[in-house]
Amino acid sequence: MSYTIINVGQGSCGIAAGAGKVKKVLDEKLAGSGINVGIVGCIGMCWLEPIVDVYENGVLHRLVKVNENSAEEIAAAVAADDFAALSKYEITADDKDFLDQQTRIALRNCGIIDPESIEAYINAGGYKALEKVVTTMTQQQVIDEIKTSGLAGRGGAGFPTWFKWNAANQSAGETKYLICNADEGDPGAFMDRAVIESDPHTLIEGMLIAAYAIGASEAVVYVRAEYPLAIVRLKKAIAQAKEAGYIGKNIFGTDFSCEFTIKAGAGAFVCGEETALIASLEGERGMPRLKPPFPAQKGYWQKPSNINNVETFANVAWIINNGGAAFAAMGTENSKGTKVFALTGKIKRGGLVEIPMGKTLRDVIFGIGGGIKEDKQFKAVQMGGPSGGCIPEQLLDTVIDYKELSATGAIMGSGGMVVMDETTCMVGMAKFFLDFTAKESCGKCVHCRIGTKRMQEILTRIVEGNGREGDIELLEELCSAVKEGALCGLGQTAPNPVLTTIKYFRNEYEAHINNKKCPAHECRDLISYSIDADKCRGCTLCAKKCPAKAISGEVKTPHTIDPDVCIKCGQCATVCRFGAVKVD
Amino acid sequence: MSNTADLSLLQPVLDEYAGVKGSLITILQSAQEIYGYLPQEVIYHVAEATGSSPAHVLGVATFYTQFRFKPVGKYLILLCKGTACHVNGSDMIAKTIYETLGITDGETTEDGLFSLTFVACLGCCSLSPVMLINDDTYGSLTPEKVKSIISEIQAKEAAV
Ligand SMILES: Cc1cc2nc3c(=O)[nH]c(=O)nc-3n(C[C@H](O)[C@H](O)[C@H](O)COP(=O)(O)O)c2cc1C
Ligand code: FES
Repeated sequence: MSYTIINVGQGSCGIAAGAGKVKKVLDEKLAGSGINVGIVGCIGMCWLEPIVDVYENGVLHRLVKVNENSAEEIAAAVAADDFAALSKYEITADDKDFLDQQTRIALRNCGIIDPESIEAYINAGGYKALEKVVTTMTQQQVIDEIKTSGLAGRGGAGFPTWFKWNAANQSAGETKYLICNADEGDPGAFMDRAVIESDPHTLIEGMLIAAYAIGASEAVVYVRAEYPLAIVRLKKAIAQAKEAGYIGKNIFGTDFSCEFTIKAGAGAFVCGEETALIASLEGERGMPRLKPPFPAQKGYWQKPSNINNVETFANVAWIINNGGAAFAAMGTENSKGTKVFALTGKIKRGGLVEIPMGKTLRDVIFGIGGGIKEDKQFKAVQMGGPSGGCIPEQLLDTVIDYKELSATGAIMGSGGMVVMDETTCMVGMAKFFLDFTAKESCGKCVHCRIGTKRMQEILTRIVEGNGREGDIELLEELCSAVKEGALCGLGQTAPNPVLTTIKYFRNEYEAHINNKKCPAHECRDLISYSIDADKCRGCTLCAKKCPAKAISGEVKTPHTIDPDVCIKCGQCATVCRFGAVKVD
Repeated sequence: MSNTADLSLLQPVLDEYAGVKGSLITILQSAQEIYGYLPQEVIYHVAEATGSSPAHVLGVATFYTQFRFKPVGKYLILLCKGTACHVNGSDMIAKTIYETLGITDGETTEDGLFSLTFVACLGCCSLSPVMLINDDTYGSLTPEKVKSIISEIQAKEAAV
């Protein structure tokens, strides 16, 4: 009998894809066989979920897109020691390439170890860095090591991490706080969720090291409310770390003590901004305030505080274990180490990607991501969410580097990378983000509150076919006013999606305004459906599928669409097998 | 609104956080878990217990999208309107829900069975478009899939 281990990926997306049911089947079928079915977090190959890893004497068989039926067969094969039978479920070489092309530091344990077991983390070398730091290093030595690594904040702005730690360390005061920003506000990004769900102890260890470096005895994690599983796993991990003595009084027998608390956010994008986050932690409306004073001087409860993003912390233990120089050896002149991206949208292989800085966008989208779904035409990639911008095809060779990406008008951002194809309307995309920022503006400053609203109105009239001459210029003027006048990063960056789409896709704006046409055929008010009588065979499928009953015609004769009844849902075009439905 | 919320249910929460500064949001979250939404008398009660004004408590509560001030249906649909879901057609899903149930963001069906809330991102972007119904996530949605999910729930409820 082989020595067999089975792990089922149980991140949120795995569970959504049915991993819970798969595990249940495996549990039932293998009960009494002596083979235990374990869980791991998210390996980041979301398009292949549910994923089951079977280790045969240490050799991995990664089985993908498992369902309840195949789980039964898998259980039977494993129980019979017949590993050859697994081959039909095994990951293809092509898909495997998705992981092989990555370099994983922040995600080093994700999808590999059991996120609910502290032993699993310790067996993977966990808490060694913490021990080294508190027993052999001074605060300054830790800060210096981070400085050597060149680690910059992964929450979006890319500010040098050592500098913030140093400032908080230097700030006078007995009580200091260490805060983790796990608000992950960019809609379309899930790197931080994956880290917390899949490897919560990495975050805790990174935070403890930071707390030691700045002299904080209290650490707080502010987690987005939409991430219930992350909160559950983090709570469990904190309890385990406390039990094991890594959290609490006199850690490793030294006089370093640190307590942890978790606070759940309540759904407000602006609370990702650090001063708003602090207000929210204090139980108030999450409104940002002017800086300075910076949190390092006056933060949580007016005490010196340091705030970092989840991914920033996830790199820290690795840097201590391997040395700052090893981290700095990866990347470019300005950007060191690796960066995690959540690759989504119209991409073949969507999921979590961690690569050294300095790779190109093309490497990520076409190399790792496998290109565009259904082999359609790539149009743009959106980076940085509502604060970022859209990067067009001609700039696909831009390298991943804070400076280079900013030069395009987009930003590195926290790691959201949403890919769009020819069917995505770029004006619609700008409107989508302005709908978001106008709604999420906290209303404290006039430029953001009114400016985003006016931009949203203009974009709305453009996509509805009521755009006026001069609207593009008006948008540009508003953009520069809001950028300059807004109080916090939300308003200052809100114009970016508009500015980049105007810069690279001005023709689409012009088509909407001047010709009342949407080149991507997405804006409903600007398109019409009709049937090409030469191609239509009269199969009646479209008429049957039409939810509005707008299509009429006899069997075997060409059909017609009544434009007054048509709701432009596009179902007819989807079901037609002869390509007879025309969109204009 | 009827004055029916049993305020004693909240007492353990108020005791736990008594004197803990900065816990208003946490208290309101627990309250919403208990009552399903934040009834007016609960707002008043929390204000009194925490020594602040009802206006302050309501001011905090209305700032955050998580808090609701009306009862919700038995099945709460959270439909993701994040970027990835937008690109993959969440507008179509919203439309399908509207056509099937007649509700949009913030509304509840007349039979009290379904409520719909739009959210920014559920973190399952790879499965977009995504919705959450109570604790279950449904991904890679199409109009047909949404209709069948809803009718399955309706059938289950009709059988009860
Ligand atoms: C509107 C707005 C939203 C933000 N949202 C987040 C967020 O969700 N997560 C995050 O880590 N940082 C976010 N930031 C950046 C934080 O203000 C802060 O710079 C960051 O947490 C610092 O950590 P870092 O240095 O490790 O990146 C946001 C900033 C702004 C202006
Ligand atoms: S954008 Fe919908 S789950 Fe992230």
